[in-house]
Amino acid sequence: MLYTALSTLSSHWRRRPGQFLMLALGLALATALWSGVQAINTEARAAYDRAAATLGQDQLSRLERADGRPVPIAEFIALRQAGYLVSPVISGELRDSNGRLRILGTDPLTAPMEAQTPALGSEFDLLDFFTAPGLLLVTQDTANGDLPAGLPPLRIADGIPPAAAITDISPAARLLGPSDPSYLLVAPPQPFGLPPIDTATDLTLRPPEGGNDIARLTDSFHLNLTAFGLLSFAVGLFIVNAAIGLAFEQRRATVRTLRALGAPLRTVLTALSLELLIIALIAGLIGIVLGYIIAAALMPGVAGTLRGLYGADIEGVLQFDPIWAMSALAITLLGASAAAIQALIQTARMPLLAPALPRAWAQASGRTIRWQALAAATLFATSLALAVFGTGLVMAFATLAALLLGAALALPAVFTATLKLIRPKNAFAEWIVADTRQQIPGLSLALMALLLALSANIGVSTMVGSFRVTFLGWLDQRLASELYVTARTPEEAAALMAALEPDVDAILPMVSFQTRLYDRPADIFGIVEHPTYAAGWPLLSSAENPWQTLAAGEGALVNEQTARRENLSIGDSLPVAGGLPIVGIYSDYGNPNGQAILSLNRLLETYPGTQSRRFAIRVDPDRAPELATRLRDEFGLPTDGVINQAQVKAFSVDVFEQTFRVTGALNVLTLGVAGIALLTSFLTLANLRLPQLAPLWAIGTSRAALARIEMFRSLALAALTFALALPTGLLLAWILLAFVNVEAFGWRLPMRLFPAEWFNLFALALLAAALAALAPTHRLARKAPARHTRNFAQAR
Amino acid sequence: MAGNLLHINDVHKAFGDVRVLGGVSLRLDAGETVALTGESGSGKSTLLHLAGGLDRPETGTITVQGTDISTQDDATRAETRRASVGLIFQQFNLVPSLSVAANIALQARMAGRHDADFAGSLAERLGLADLLSRYPEQLSGGQQQRVAIARALAGRPALILADEPTGNLDEETGDTVLSLLLDLVAETGAGLLMVTHSPRLAERLSRRIHLSRGQLA
Repeated sequence: MLYTALSTLSSHWRRRPGQFLMLALGLALATALWSGVQAINTEARAAYDRAAATLGQDQLSRLERADGRPVPIAEFIALRQAGYLVSPVISGELRDSNGRLRILGTDPLTAPMEAQTPALGSEFDLLDFFTAPGLLLVTQDTANGDLPAGLPPLRIADGIPPAAAITDISPAARLLGPSDPSYLLVAPPQPFGLPPIDTATDLTLRPPEGGNDIARLTDSFHLNLTAFGLLSFAVGLFIVNAAIGLAFEQRRATVRTLRALGAPLRTVLTALSLELLIIALIAGLIGIVLGYIIAAALMPGVAGTLRGLYGADIEGVLQFDPIWAMSALAITLLGASAAAIQALIQTARMPLLAPALPRAWAQASGRTIRWQALAAATLFATSLALAVFGTGLVMAFATLAALLLGAALALPAVFTATLKLIRPKNAFAEWIVADTRQQIPGLSLALMALLLALSANIGVSTMVGSFRVTFLGWLDQRLASELYVTARTPEEAAALMAALEPDVDAILPMVSFQTRLYDRPADIFGIVEHPTYAAGWPLLSSAENPWQTLAAGEGALVNEQTARRENLSIGDSLPVAGGLPIVGIYSDYGNPNGQAILSLNRLLETYPGTQSRRFAIRVDPDRAPELATRLRDEFGLPTDGVINQAQVKAFSVDVFEQTFRVTGALNVLTLGVAGIALLTSFLTLANLRLPQLAPLWAIGTSRAALARIEMFRSLALAALTFALALPTGLLLAWILLAFVNVEAFGWRLPMRLFPAEWFNLFALALLAAALAALAPTHRLARKAPARHTRNFAQAR
Repeated sequence: MAGNLLHINDVHKAFGDVRVLGGVSLRLDAGETVALTGESGSGKSTLLHLAGGLDRPETGTITVQGTDISTQDDATRAETRRASVGLIFQQFNLVPSLSVAANIALQARMAGRHDADFAGSLAERLGLADLLSRYPEQLSGGQQQRVAIARALAGRPALILADEPTGNLDEETGDTVLSLLLDLVAETGAGLLMVTHSPRLAERLSRRIHLSRGQLA
């Protein structure tokens, strides 16, 4: 009997394949966007874990200098002589115009067991590893990527982080320049009887990187992606809910008949649940495949974003993970159940002897709309409270969620209230308004989906646009110098400066070194006094005469993200160069690390041995190209040794564009899903509305006129939805800029408005509505009169 | 009680404050055809629904083939209906997504008594043989009513309950349909309780009872 009930109920889909397609598509798209995002997150996190496990960093403590500079080799020797089991590692990055590669030089002879990567087994000749020119162990993906020139032979090995190579310490030192070890790995069991290692040295003992810095740093990005995935999933579920709700209404009579013919309610409910399970499984599997394709397509963009924003390297290639696929399937089933629960409850409660006439689906009563309005008001209040009192990224996203959900729930009430305000003069217009009001409950789910997608689009594009304008303006100011020159050696740098001195307006050395500030990676820059800085570096806040104080070596500037993270303000002491008061805070968009600026003299005094090989040149912009050519010709500098301002800006803009490509793609996909939701609703309502339109046709309205009215109504509803989405989207953008950005990246951006983009989106919303309404309208216009008369024949 | 197919005893039913049936009793034996007449709102359809186990009386008992269905729960009444009752509705209540053939076989399949040959012969007798692959929306009202009759008979139920089965048909088609129904009922040995407004049609059945203001006249 279950089979008969199931096949009877599911025959509905055979007769309405388009409706089935919409349901399956809604579920598949929801699954695809959600699971695609999850696949990206899983892959990235796995990459972080692999990176953290390199050379046993997740298990081994390490000794390093508190200021982040290399560990003197003498210190290493002294510890070894004292009997401590430590092993040196040289770490650094090689970068040229061809590409970049992180080098990890290890000493296999002293390395603890945990630091012996599987690659250092017997798969290749160890002699090649130890002797010149050495070997670089890299993954196949890294080997296939863009690498710097002049590398030793590569050997493919597993377990190496992306864009990184493991080699012996000698080739590492040759490649990165003569250097002391970056840090020392400490074997967990030290010889018995020795005092604790941290008492035997001035070096700082850092515990294993169990938590993984990069994973923590990139949490905000992944949360961002997850939020987007969740939004897409929710929008997809609107389609599912609409399709299931419609099918329920259309099958109301069938369910009654089945029960009247002797099918128990339990059997009917089981059949409906089984049917949903089967559809969800099929759609879920399609969604997983689609999700994988989406994730694989977005992965290179994500890799670019993570590298651009956080300096985190992940492979740009997606691996298939069965656990991810299973969890995606589980979320599809949960989502489908959530979307269907209302229909199932209604079926269970439906009296056997209820009238069999199909009603408009999901016909919300005025009371429901009032409840929705009340819930919307509560959510708006919650959002406001969270914005004022909440802290942290999760709270920021909760603020966003409450705002979006509130706006969606408020939509039917706003529509109904707006329509009540319209008082048409003639009977026909009066009918249009009344009929539109009657349609609101049926269309509200799809319009809510459209509202969510439009708001998200306005919000995210306003944020990205604000970021873009601010970032480009900031680049123009920060990259004020006409040329940037990098010498190959300090001696060449000195020769270049001497040669350039008479011909240029100014030479501004760019001296920097990497260190740790507040226990995070940071760059310290030393600069000379020059009007370029005072004029070109906008400070977010400053003490009096900051640049003069800086030049005198009596103060330091710090970037916004460090200041926000550590709650620093002007006058606070910054732990660099023995402690300097902060005289200014500057924006430093896109940099995940800490940064501080002090006078060049103070830097060289505090950190002697810091060498300068890079400098910026101020020169008449018209003379810059000629000077660049001269430097390349006279000094044989490589192409990337002399870079003009335009090149740097182009590179930075490229990084920027790549950073937001993923967001843009998800934005478009979400809007597409909302368009499908709208199409589903219009298509299904068109069928149910025939009995309402037939009387209009009968009293003298042509089918074409009815079709025109339907089209006009669709456009008007889309326009009204946009009108509500605009303020919601702008609020969303404000929350993103004022809260989420600050929590996620550490800097705040001014909000800019882009009316031209709103207009484009408005046109797109109208187009989506027009396309969605086109098919039903066309069908209505061509509907045979017999279909209309049938409505009268069956009316009793 | 041999031959006693349906026994309704002192049944009362009200919807809110509106009393619809006030102590109705009747008997229907196997092979008997009974016409239930009465003015609109007299409780005819309610009585038919109670006899089919679609609803429960407030007081009184209803037995179908000796089983008291008035105290059965929903699932058990559904089982009784499936096994013993064939329902013919005024609105046909065909499943729009099933073909004519599948509609005819629906209840018989659910009862586990589907006989393809018998269903085929019913379709033949009712003039539906050429329409088996069509869908309800492609049929006229008379054709739909004939499908509904075939569905009610295909499982060879002991009791046929018909609610104005010709109410939506013109006189000629109505006569034809009723003749077929009566022939088939006679052949299967089932009992028929049929609600009708038409005295002319009622006369064609073996017995006629009249319901007025919730009581048998």
